[in-house]
Amino acid sequence: MKLPENYVYFQFPSKSCNESFARTAAACFAAQLDPTLEEINDIKTAVSEAVTNAIVHGYPEDIGKISMKCRIYSENVLELTIQDWGVGIADVAEACTPMFTTGTEERAGMGFTIMESFMDSMKIRTALGKGTTVVLRRKFIPRGRL
Amino acid sequence: MYVTEQIPETTLTLTMEGELDHHRTREVIEDIREKIDCMLPKRLVLDLRGLSFSDSSGIAVLLRLHRSMMQVEGVLEVVGVQPQPLKLFETAGLHKILSIRPINPMNQV
Repeated sequence: MKLPENYVYFQFPSKSCNESFARTAAACFAAQLDPTLEEINDIKTAVSEAVTNAIVHGYPEDIGKISMKCRIYSENVLELTIQDWGVGIADVAEACTPMFTTGTEERAGMGFTIMESFMDSMKIRTALGKGTTVVLRRKFIPRGRL
Repeated sequence: MYVTEQIPETTLTLTMEGELDHHRTREVIEDIREKIDCMLPKRLVLDLRGLSFSDSSGIAVLLRLHRSMMQVEGVLEVVGVQPQPLKLFETAGLHKILSIRPINPMNQV
């Protein structure tokens, strides 16, 4: 893959008050691709799921570091990489099953399902005790301007 | 002497505003459950016209409230849902088990 045409990197502690910051920041960065309102909302939704997973499941006991890298590649491809250095996921297939959650009752077990359906692609890299990286991609179709 | 009040067929209408994510979910569920336990409504109407964003935490909220209402033999109705939460709820299939009405162009429920 070529170098990104533009990028912005963030790092923040796994505090739930940062969920709204992260999705808003990613949406602001994506705005240069001239997305529709629905596309912006899809980005915000997917980022909210990824960051919440890192906060709740990556660091269940303590506060740790989360990084979010937003990159734009040629042909209007947005790539969002959300990484934690937490506990990792034992069984990725199980974690991606709709309604499955290891969380408490305020979780629905829909995070990965929603990331998958709101983005073009989702990749998960994880190792127990080392952390989890989620890579989300979405291609934007330039809207014609009159 | 005891005075008892019985209001049959009560409706409890609650509104939610702003953005809903995991950060506030637990207190939202607990707050609404307390109101349900207190009033034992036959209908719980959630007016979401002011809810501009929800992630999957909102799915959890609706599922838990649906269950709480079933326990008191009542129904949950979700009205005035904006496009972003609507797409999310439909992706999760909530519209198959709950009454979910989108916001209309006149901003009425």
